[in-house]
Amino acid sequence: MSMNERLARVGEIIDAHGAQPSQLIAILQETQAANNYLSQEDLTLIADRLGISTAKVYSVATFYENFSLEPKGKHIIRVCDGTACHVRKSQPIYDAIHDYLQLTGKRKTDADGLFTLETVACLGACGLSPVLTLDGEVHAKMTPDSALALLESIRKEELAK
Amino acid sequence: MSILTRDGFHALQAEACALLDKSRKVTNVLVCAGTGCIASGSMKVYECLKDACQKRGLQVSVQLKEEAGAKGIHLKKSGCHGFCEIGPLVNIEPLDILYTHVKAEDCEEIVEKTILGGQVIDRLLYKLEGQTYQRRDDIPFYKHQERIVLKDSGKSDAEDLMEYLALGGYSAFEKALFDMTDEQICREVLDSGLRGRGGGGFPTGRKWESVRKNVSDIKYVVCNGDEGDPGAFMDQGVMEGNPHSVIEGMMIAGLAVGSTEGYIYVRAEYPLAVERLRIAIRQAESAGLLGDNILNSGFSFHMHINRGAGAFVCGEGSALTASIEGKRGMPRTKPPRTVDQGLWGKPTVLNNVETFASVPGIILHSAAAYRAHGTDGSPGTKTFALTGNVVNTGLVEVPMGTTLRKIIFDIGGGIKDGKKFKAVQIGGPAGGCLTEEHLDMPLDFDSLKKVGAIVGSGGLVVMDEDTCMVETARFFMHFTQNESCGKCVPCREGTKRMLEILDRIIANEGSPEDLDMLENLADTISTTALCGLGQSACKPVLSTLRYFRDEYLHHVVDHHCPVCNGRKRRLEIKEDLCKGCGKCAKNCPMEAISGHPRTPYVIDNEKCIHCGACWGACPFGAIDAIEEEG
Repeated sequence: MSMNERLARVGEIIDAHGAQPSQLIAILQETQAANNYLSQEDLTLIADRLGISTAKVYSVATFYENFSLEPKGKHIIRVCDGTACHVRKSQPIYDAIHDYLQLTGKRKTDADGLFTLETVACLGACGLSPVLTLDGEVHAKMTPDSALALLESIRKEELAK
Repeated sequence: MSILTRDGFHALQAEACALLDKSRKVTNVLVCAGTGCIASGSMKVYECLKDACQKRGLQVSVQLKEEAGAKGIHLKKSGCHGFCEIGPLVNIEPLDILYTHVKAEDCEEIVEKTILGGQVIDRLLYKLEGQTYQRRDDIPFYKHQERIVLKDSGKSDAEDLMEYLALGGYSAFEKALFDMTDEQICREVLDSGLRGRGGGGFPTGRKWESVRKNVSDIKYVVCNGDEGDPGAFMDQGVMEGNPHSVIEGMMIAGLAVGSTEGYIYVRAEYPLAVERLRIAIRQAESAGLLGDNILNSGFSFHMHINRGAGAFVCGEGSALTASIEGKRGMPRTKPPRTVDQGLWGKPTVLNNVETFASVPGIILHSAAAYRAHGTDGSPGTKTFALTGNVVNTGLVEVPMGTTLRKIIFDIGGGIKDGKKFKAVQIGGPAGGCLTEEHLDMPLDFDSLKKVGAIVGSGGLVVMDEDTCMVETARFFMHFTQNESCGKCVPCREGTKRMLEILDRIIANEGSPEDLDMLENLADTISTTALCGLGQSACKPVLSTLRYFRDEYLHHVVDHHCPVCNGRKRRLEIKEDLCKGCGKCAKNCPMEAISGHPRTPYVIDNEKCIHCGACWGACPFGAIDAIEEEG
């Protein structure tokens, strides 16, 4: 995706919201959904078009957990660490995936850009805990083994492509 | 489009009722489409049922408006039943059968045997302790509940306005619109004693009255659907299962305070709730129940949905309104309160989802009828999300004043895997824990406050004997620390220091002084933090210190926690080596060793703290340490 394409899309999103500064969060959400993450150019364009400072846009983009200023992997895994999942042992699942993807330090995306690992504080599917979502789809009653099996199957699918 | 009049509304409602009556003459299959059941694969079940029916020439209608015909069925996606653990759930009416754990493979059989043959498939019914349950309401999980807000959830199609109308929907709004003054509406809500379901328990009627009295060119009604409390999903259940009830409640609030703009702020993690609300708003608008000049009365009301972006602090009133305005969701000092200066600095009614959903019932059936449930100080029902180490997890609606014992044991079915009950965390990271001694205490706003907990949004996380309460406190502190917005120092720095101390304690590197330090910090933070997040951040630590101090002592004195580090040695006296000298008994600080001189002594492991004093005192090496399992 070229930079021009990216920015053209951001422009359309801003227009759809009438270039209203109050719509900043919605604009950022849609931009991220369309462009995978929020690039510096995206943020600058949004600031220009809404008539607010880049600093303000940056401050909002960094305040909310959901916004990412770095490219994300092709598939996004979110392990729930809400209370219900936590007491039913979600941490070992996170740790297993973390090791499987060989993540270190603050890196959330694996080396080949296939997976991004995040946590989420409660998806509201506590009856099925522990849960994780893979690209938005909820997987219930997970164990470290079943989580790795899931990732392995995705990886195989990707390799086959 | 022509304006819907009051008579037109009545006609629409009558049409909806007639359609519902008609639809009840044929088989209705309701597949649960709540987040829980969808995660278990209920949409696949839905498609398979549809295919299986069509294959057999059965006409399948998915909307009330579509005629099913004599040989057809209605196939609906229902809202959440609240018993997600046994999903995907399929409810078949009028046979009144609830099938549990339904898989795609079961669909052919369901159509063949039940829908066409009228037979019950025993295998798919709910079973408990050797008993089989066919009807949903006979299942102990439901039998002990009293469902008002969740009444229609799971029994009707959340995406069909006609169903909501057929069940009496928007009648309360109509009554408020034509037959009541703004003052009367506020009075009715005040008389009902309805208190904010979001946690604070502030009387809703008083809030409305304050906004009503404020003079302003524009006022706002805001619904707080930012249910961030991990382990709580009551609001999600309501927004997904009965979105129109929230909208209706907000419209009544609009009438009561003189507002024409409503905003619903929904957590980003609830995409399905956003979708259902969008559909509901669109339907209400196109039916003429939302928008300009509603029912030709001159009253206008517009609804907007704002999606959160993953900040727990946005559940706080002033942070939430800042977020709707497109800013960083940071709280501000109060006063001015939201009722005076809320969204865009204008008077604003800000209530929780469940609160708004309770309003139509109050207006329709009167405040007195509402007061028939619950206690004097806390009338009505409350929905709790029962989760954790409990047999039945799910949404539970009970009258205020119900005991924990009833919720956890009668409804929840007790502790999972036959373990022992230890505690229940109520109100999430802002709440406290309740223990065995509180099991028979009636749960309401005031009784909980007395014991250092809160109703909060209604999360109930049950913990068994294998849960370390220090670790639980650390978990919540980690959560709040992570979600601290950083605006005020006590919360930003204080929670960080508390977390460091807790981390140290968990690693068995703490000291008894750390406990004093924790209490000290908690005291300072709770009195000086800017908003509710900081003020209540220390509650889990304080309440675990209060009720489970011994577990902290395991970590800071023994440097060994039986739960975190596994059960340690059990000390035993070897009979063949013991000469009965009694030195061990003399040296035991707990008086855990007993016996008679010159016969082997025994250690009472209930009293033993594994200090090893006996081991050091025994001249014969008769004390043996046995590694316990676990």
